[in-house]
Amino acid sequence: MVCIMTTLPRTTGKKLGLVIDLDTCVGCHACVIACKGWNTENYGAPLSDQDAYGAEPTGTFLNRVHSYEVTPAEGPAQLVHFPKSCLHCEDAPCVTVCPTGASYKRTEDGIVLVNESDCIGCGLCAWACPYGARELDAAAGVMKKCTLCVDRIYNTNLPEEDREPACVRTCPAGARHFGDLSDPDSAVSRLVADRDGADLMPEMGTKPVNKYLPPRPKDTLEAETDILAPFLAPIAEEPRGFFSWLDKTLEKI
Amino acid sequence: MHPAPSVILFTSLSGLGFGLLIWLGLGLPAVSGWVAFAFFAIAYALAVGGLLASTFHLGHPERALKAFTQWRSSWLSREGLCAVIALCLMALYGAGLVFAGERWTVLGWIGAAFSLGTVFTTSMIYSQLKTVPRWNMPITPVLFLSFALGGGALLAGQVAIAKTLLIVTGVVQIAYWLAGDKALAGSGSSMTTATGLTHGTVRAFEPPHTGTNYLLNEFAYVVGRRHSLKLRVIGLVLLSVLPVILLLLPFSHILALVAVVSHIAGVLIVRWLFFAEAEHVVGLYYGVR
Ligand code: SF4
Ligand code: SF4
Ligand code: SF4
Repeated sequence: MVCIMTTLPRTTGKKLGLVIDLDTCVGCHACVIACKGWNTENYGAPLSDQDAYGAEPTGTFLNRVHSYEVTPAEGPAQLVHFPKSCLHCEDAPCVTVCPTGASYKRTEDGIVLVNESDCIGCGLCAWACPYGARELDAAAGVMKKCTLCVDRIYNTNLPEEDREPACVRTCPAGARHFGDLSDPDSAVSRLVADRDGADLMPEMGTKPVNKYLPPRPKDTLEAETDILAPFLAPIAEEPRGFFSWLDKTLEKI
Repeated sequence: MHPAPSVILFTSLSGLGFGLLIWLGLGLPAVSGWVAFAFFAIAYALAVGGLLASTFHLGHPERALKAFTQWRSSWLSREGLCAVIALCLMALYGAGLVFAGERWTVLGWIGAAFSLGTVFTTSMIYSQLKTVPRWNMPITPVLFLSFALGGGALLAGQVAIAKTLLIVTGVVQIAYWLAGDKALAGSGSSMTTATGLTHGTVRAFEPPHTGTNYLLNEFAYVVGRRHSLKLRVIGLVLLSVLPVILLLLPFSHILALVAVVSHIAGVLIVRWLFFAEAEHVVGLYYGVR
């Protein structure tokens, strides 16, 4: 028997991961549902729900979509939808804290997985993850996390075009890309280079494999708006006559 | 962080139990026979009781033995091993004192060292976590060790040592609070670094789910922080100030008992704060701390 230790492999053959495009994500949550569906019916314990039709529903998800409002120093605010799943970190703290060896990083492709039959459900790995990528399933009592759909990407029973993660396959906006980030010529690596793909919380030293492509700056539509602007300028800047009197009187009250 | 009663009881009680074992291992007090039996029974009740409490929050306690395997990388695994070794060595040492009337001094020292190691490894489980800046400080292990040594000396009836160490514990606790209050800001993590959205100010607009979830239940505990200053003062008085005053008075067993009860109550309060006040960086994604 090989004794697996939850130390991290020094290097991995590939660095499989996702590149998420914050410019194109429309926040439809299709990836959330595709992920929940695939991972409930396949590898490991199902992703349970509690009180699903009651007043306070909760449940386990491996992928969740936040929405943020970004207000630049000048110009209009921007809404950014922000999908987040495990980033399959190179220096994954969730792996080294695990007391049982259940949490591990694969040497061949860098995927971070949980061996559910060894997991005691202590939750320490979720404490160690800065990104909230791990959730303890309330029904199964074991830790759940994104598997990078390891049971799809190598699955020769599936048609070729389906051998990619469920979230990537389903995304209607093409905002999620899957590939090998250790190969500088791969489509995902080129995307990261072209679009300045960035790490989340680099100060945590986790060296995430997944990268995020920042939203492009908003278009400035000055030329078009200027055409109508003169016609739409307010006629009376200051109220006069009766309205002026009313305005002042109301002010005094 | 969610202040789970099982973890608060575990860290507090087992800390005191192993603290008492440290002093017993050093031969302070130099007990034997039934007196030794009573001291060891109290120490084991606290240490083992605390360890059992810690298994209550596990999803699969029946697999707990697997947790001894990963000592090369995991502080939680190291803690389990240290605890078991300390308990075995000290049981042997205690049996010598109680039943054979023999003091195996070196064995006692080694047992004391592993007891100290257990408290240290417990503290490292928290202190190692970069994700909780308030715990990720070198003073966290100092805090746990001073609690164990001070409380252990009190339980061991070492009045002179306990007086000094309980004052030290109080000072370390205050220093921990002062450093901890600056930790999140000093960690450099913010909603900007969490999202990588650097072209403006970021505000959480809509969370990913309408209800709560595991992450928010576990990491975003904000209830009761309002009262944290009051609780800090009460905890400090109970764990340090009051016991020290009682120990300064002419010795009586009643006063010593009150000092012990007061100390334990104080430890439980500040341990509750240790969890309730700790902010996990995942809260940044939700705009809560
Ligand atoms: S994102 Fe979290 S769970 Fe995934 S590898 Fe990194 S630290 Fe571990
Ligand atoms: S919850 Fe499971 S996978 Fe996570 S640290 Fe504990 S035993 Fe390891
Ligand atoms: S790769 Fe698979 S498991 Fe991971 S978020 Fe996508 S669908 Fe879920």
